[in-house]
Parts: sequence; structure tokens; C-alpha cells
Amino acid sequence: MAAKTLKIDGRQVSAAEDTTVLDAAAEAGIRIPTLCHLEGVYDAGACRLCLVEVAGTAKLLPACTTLVAEGMEVVTQSDRLRRYRRMTLELLLAERNHVCAVCVANGHCELQSLASEHGIDHVRYDYRFPRWGVDATHPRFGLDHNRCILCTRCVRVCWHIEGAGTKNVAGRGAKSFIIDDLNQPWGDSESCTSCGKCVLACPTGALFDRGSTVGEMERDRTKLEFIVNAREKKQWIVSE
Amino acid sequence: MEGTMQGDDLAAIAEKHQGSRRKYCLRTCMSAGCMSSRADAIKKGLDAEVKAQGLEGEVEVRRVGCMGFCGLGPLVGLDGMKEREILFEHVTPEDAPAIIRAVQAKDHGLQVADPDHPFFSKQMRVVRANGGIIDPERIEDYVAANGYRALYHVLTDIRPAEVVEEITRSGLRGRGGAGFPTGLKWGTVAKSPGARKFVVCNGDEGDPGAYMDRSILESDPHLVLEGMAIAAYAVGADQGFLYVRAEYPLAISRLQTAIRQAKQLGLLGGGIFETPFTFNVDIRIGAGAFVCGEETALMASVEGRRGTPRPRPPFPAERGLWGCPTLINNVETFANIVPIINRGAAWYAGIGTERSKGTKVFALTGKVQNNGLIEVPMGITLRQIVEEMGGGAIGGAKVKAVQTGGPSGGCIPAEYLDTSVDYESLTKLGSIMGSGGMVVMDDSTNMVEIARFYMDFCRDESCGKCIPCRAGTVQMFELLEKILSRKATARDIAMLEELCDLVKHTSLCGLGQTAPNPVLSTLRFFRNEYTELLQPEPAGECAASGQ
Repeated sequence: MAAKTLKIDGRQVSAAEDTTVLDAAAEAGIRIPTLCHLEGVYDAGACRLCLVEVAGTAKLLPACTTLVAEGMEVVTQSDRLRRYRRMTLELLLAERNHVCAVCVANGHCELQSLASEHGIDHVRYDYRFPRWGVDATHPRFGLDHNRCILCTRCVRVCWHIEGAGTKNVAGRGAKSFIIDDLNQPWGDSESCTSCGKCVLACPTGALFDRGSTVGEMERDRTKLEFIVNAREKKQWIVSE
Repeated sequence: MEGTMQGDDLAAIAEKHQGSRRKYCLRTCMSAGCMSSRADAIKKGLDAEVKAQGLEGEVEVRRVGCMGFCGLGPLVGLDGMKEREILFEHVTPEDAPAIIRAVQAKDHGLQVADPDHPFFSKQMRVVRANGGIIDPERIEDYVAANGYRALYHVLTDIRPAEVVEEITRSGLRGRGGAGFPTGLKWGTVAKSPGARKFVVCNGDEGDPGAYMDRSILESDPHLVLEGMAIAAYAVGADQGFLYVRAEYPLAISRLQTAIRQAKQLGLLGGGIFETPFTFNVDIRIGAGAFVCGEETALMASVEGRRGTPRPRPPFPAERGLWGCPTLINNVETFANIVPIINRGAAWYAGIGTERSKGTKVFALTGKVQNNGLIEVPMGITLRQIVEEMGGGAIGGAKVKAVQTGGPSGGCIPAEYLDTSVDYESLTKLGSIMGSGGMVVMDDSTNMVEIARFYMDFCRDESCGKCIPCRAGTVQMFELLEKILSRKATARDIAMLEELCDLVKHTSLCGLGQTAPNPVLSTLRFFRNEYTELLQPEPAGECAASGQ
């Protein structure tokens, strides 16, 4: 496998062929914000937070699905990119009902962390306050659509890692929502194995362990990565 | 004779068919538009009248596809008269006896269209040559109109690479909207390595006011099938998919008939024209999502998955259906292939402008006198289309703007009507060629409302996968509502423009990337209509916050 050398934010970086810009940057210690990306599952390129500028390309490209190329020049931080990221996060916060003060994921929420990182102390867009419900029919887990950002991590882990294929997306546009099987109550799902991987994958408080209260929903995502690495790369020894 | 079709057999079919022709032919438009005005009853009435008068040996009543002048429908054409054809307009089933009187050269007292009208005379029919002439449900009619000759010629005389070369030299560009060079796309698919390759015809036409592709599929389905077969030969595919939206039941049924008939004659299937070339076509019916016209979403839908787009690259030419190299072209693009093969790339490249070759079909609709489908050479001006062919605005009103490209396009104001219709000129004006919708707006039109209409459409049709398109179109729509209800300030316009910039540059697919265009183009040319609706900035707010 040939290695590629490229420049990320002016820094010379080398990366194996077939590496994404996101991984190459991470290896070089350059962090690009993401929301839909999750180690271990294929990328959707949906949240648009990891968009980067690539010299010679007019379009912004998602770092998570763009492969490194020889001589590529990538910019991950610019005023324009920061402005777009901030606006995208604001759009998310206004879209559903994200109330940190009463959220199980308060303090452990990726949306919250990114918002604070981007200096979002208020949202300029009108809050939509849509009426979404909570599915609390599963004995162990709950799904609060109000906190869902439709990153589809849960769908992808359910299909790709667990192979159950319970979770899916129904509807379209702002009316899209996560469903179980053919839009049945989660508790009635016959395909769900109750493995909990979707709960581990969720970046916000949308999926949670039942019984957890404000701020209690901490997740250990290394478990997902561990399963995939053990299965696909035959690597099961994790260095501390 | 399945599977053993040869060139001579085509000629035999054509000859036999010519022999069955009658002296007079009453062509009855049975496209969706005229069908909705009882065209089937009109045909039944004509059939009965011909029988009652004992004229079966002289008069043929033929079901045909769209004749174009839809605003005058239902239409019935009469061929075989001494002088020239007669085109009856606004026909009702009760008109049958009068039409038969016309055949007998007697006084009929019916409304007829003027065949010298610029609506007809300024047209150049290349892909619509058979539209309104042949019976779309009879393959013999198509064969008699020189059908499947191009496929025969290609399969027996030229190598695949030469076909690609021919299409490249013709200068044909994708008719779906973006205008990607067709030959280049074919060449890429031909060169991409893959055990299997596919050809897909995108018939998920969904722009409001646009029905060019529906009309082509309803009027001349074999033209598209033959174009697909030639493409499959050129790129090395053996399977094709026709993706048609479920809202086009007549097009779907005619395609099913066409595929069945072509299979029966061995023009689809294995060993076509006794060559090793195999090609099958299946229909896939869209379930009503506009986004499935986007090629990666369309492929997901064909594969049976949720129709959402994915990032490109990889492009379908490299990794398409089930990971195989896939050629995706629009209906009208495929419909151009047979004329190019039959008449040569040089002929085709002689039509149009420097960078936009050939003709384009437009659905001329809105506040214009003459509504309907027109096929015009590229490079014609918008003024010729709207004022000469379209007859200008209705009721003496003034044309204010022309909308092209649907929700991905923009509004071109009347002062730019002398713009040439080609890919580059329309893009320069902030619109796009698009798939061929052309909506005329008169001076009573509120352009902010137009922008809201298209944003409402995009908001509703966003698939919901990427955030800027899903949530951004909602906020843009709300801002437009706020402006229209006279509650907005200049700050809201600034916020709207900022959102346009975000959605345009960060959305995943073409739907989102072009969704701001109707807003941007109306802001560019009709900004005063926005500012007139604004409230003064409320005083005393903290200026430092900038919010």
C-alpha cells in the first residue's frame, strides 16, 4: 500500500492510501469537528461539520468520506468554515427541543460540547418547538425524539455492527425520525436484540438507559470500536 | 422470430405496416394532458363514427402521443388532405361527426390551429420528431419511422469506443439540468473496470411545471429504449433500469408495453440482431420523493434502500448500482442518441451554440398565452420563446420574469429576455437550464411569494439526511414567511442571505446546493420587492451584540 503525503493546515502529513482526511488529520493531532462520524462504522457524510477546504476544489469536502491524495492541501480551520460550523450547530439547536438543564446527557453531550466550543451562547434562529414524543416501551432503553439530531449513528451500528437492522429512518426532511422495525414501539420490536449499541453510539441524550437522570448518561464508545477492531482487524488488545 | 431479428426484418415490418395505412389519418392525442380532457372518449367517438359511415377502408384513427400545443387540447390532427394537415383544437367527443365531415372536405365549423403559428414554425423537432405522429403502443409504428435502425447500425457496423466517440463529437450535454458532457460520461463508464455495468434512465422528473420527460416516455417510448440499448453497447452494460415516478402511470404502462413488444421482436434480450450483445431493461417505479432524481439517491432507491443521496466521489460512473460502474442519463438525453447516430455527430453539432449543442424541450407554462411543449434549437432567445412562440403574457399583461430550472433555478427578469438559451448564459444569470421547466410570470406576480413557493417545495422535499438542507430550508422558509407577513427587518434579509450561502455551499447533494437559487435570484433582480415589505429596525436594541 502506497503512502501519500499531503498538507493539512500547512503541516506535512503522511498517510496510508485509502485513509480519509479525517483520520489522517487525527493521526497528526489535528481535530476536525464531527457529529455523524463514529469510529467503527461507515460514514454518512451527513452532518457537514467536518467540511474542509481542499486547494484546487471549489466545493467544500467532508473530511470523513474524502480520501487522502498525493500533494493534497487541506485547510480545516478558516473563518468561513468556523462560520458554517457555527450556523449548522445553531440550526440543530433550533430544530428540536434541546434543553440541556433537564437532559440525561447534560455534560456528556457531543452537541453541547461542540456548541460551547464554537462559542454558541445563544441561537439566532427561531426555535421550532416541534412536538415529538418519547418511546419508553423498551424495558431497558428509551428514545426521546426531541433530542435526536438524525445523525443515524444508531441506524448504522444496528445494521453494521449488531446486524439486527432494527433501527431505520422514516419520513423526510424535518419530519424524518428514527423508527424501530416498521415504525412499531421499540418494546414490540422482534428484531431488536437489546444489545444497547445504539445507546452507546448516540451523541446526544436521544437514546438513553432507562432510569438515568439528568447528566447521568455517560457512554463508553471505545466498546464499539473494540468490537469492530477485534472482528475486522483482528486486534483485541487495547493499550491503556 | 424471437431473437433472430435482422436488418431486413426491420424493413419488412416497416413495409407491411406502410401497406396497412389508410388514405386519411386522424391522429388523436392520447398523452396525459389530453387524456385528462376525455381524449379516450374522443377516440372512441371517432372510431364509432368512421364505422358508422363505413369509412374503415379510408380513414385510420390513430392513438398518438403529445403534439405539443397542450393549451389547445384535446388535439386531433388530420393527415391526407389535399392541402395540408388540419389540427383541430379543444375537441370534444361530440365533435366526431364534424371531424368526419372535414375528412370528406365538407364544412365542419370546428376550431382549427394555424400550422404556421410561430409556436410550431419556430420549433425544431429532433427528440420529439415522432411525438404526435406515431402510435406509442405499437412497435410497428416506431419501426416504420426508421426505429431500431440506429441500434442495428451500431451493433453491426461500429465498435463501442466509436459510439462513445460519436456522442462526444456531437457535443451532447446532459439534459437533466447540470449539462455534463454525455460523451465524457459514457467514456468514463466504458473505461471503469467492473465485472458488470448498468445503464439507468432517470425519469424521475419532478420540477413544478415540467413534463418534458413524461411526454417523451408517453409519446415515443421506444426512442428511449433504443437510446439506452445503444448506450449499453457503448459502455459494456447488459442491464438497464428505467426509473419512472409513480405519478406517471400512463408513461409506465406505455413503457411496459414497449419493453414487452421489443422483447417479442428480439430487440431486447439476448443476442440482439444475431450479435453477442445482450440487453434487458427493467422498470423501477419511484415512490414520490423529488430527491430520487438525484443520481445517488436514485441508485439507492433502485437497490431497494431509502432514497437518500451519498457524497460523491465516488461517482456512479465509477461505483454505482451495487458498486458497479453505472451510466445514468436523463430521459431526454437518451432520446437524443438515436437521431445523433442516424444523422451523424456533425449534423447534431451544427445545431445550437458553441458550447450547447442540439435542441432542448421546454414545458412552457404559467401566465403565457400559448402553453405547451416546445422543442427549440439551443441559442434561441428567451424572447423568441416567450413572446413569439408563447404569444406573451395573458390578457395584455406584461411579462415580468421567466423561471427556468424549477426549484434549482432562478427567475430571469424581462429585461434579460434577449438572453440566449444555453447552459452558460442561463447560469450567468443565476438560473440554470434545468430539465426544461419554463414558467412565465406576469406583472401581477409577487416575487417574494415565488421564492417562498419554491422554498416550501424544497423544505418538503429535503430528504433530511444533511443538516443544512433539512434545517436550513425550514429556517429560510420561515424567514420568507416573516417577510411576507411584514414582520421582518433588514436583519432578517441579512440572515436569509447568510443561510442561502450556508445551504448552497455545505449541503450534501444538488437538491440542497441549489435550493437557495430561487431566493438568491429574486433577491438579485427584485430586491425592492423584499425591502418594500420590511419594517424599520426596532430602536434601542443592544447594537453591540449584533443580533
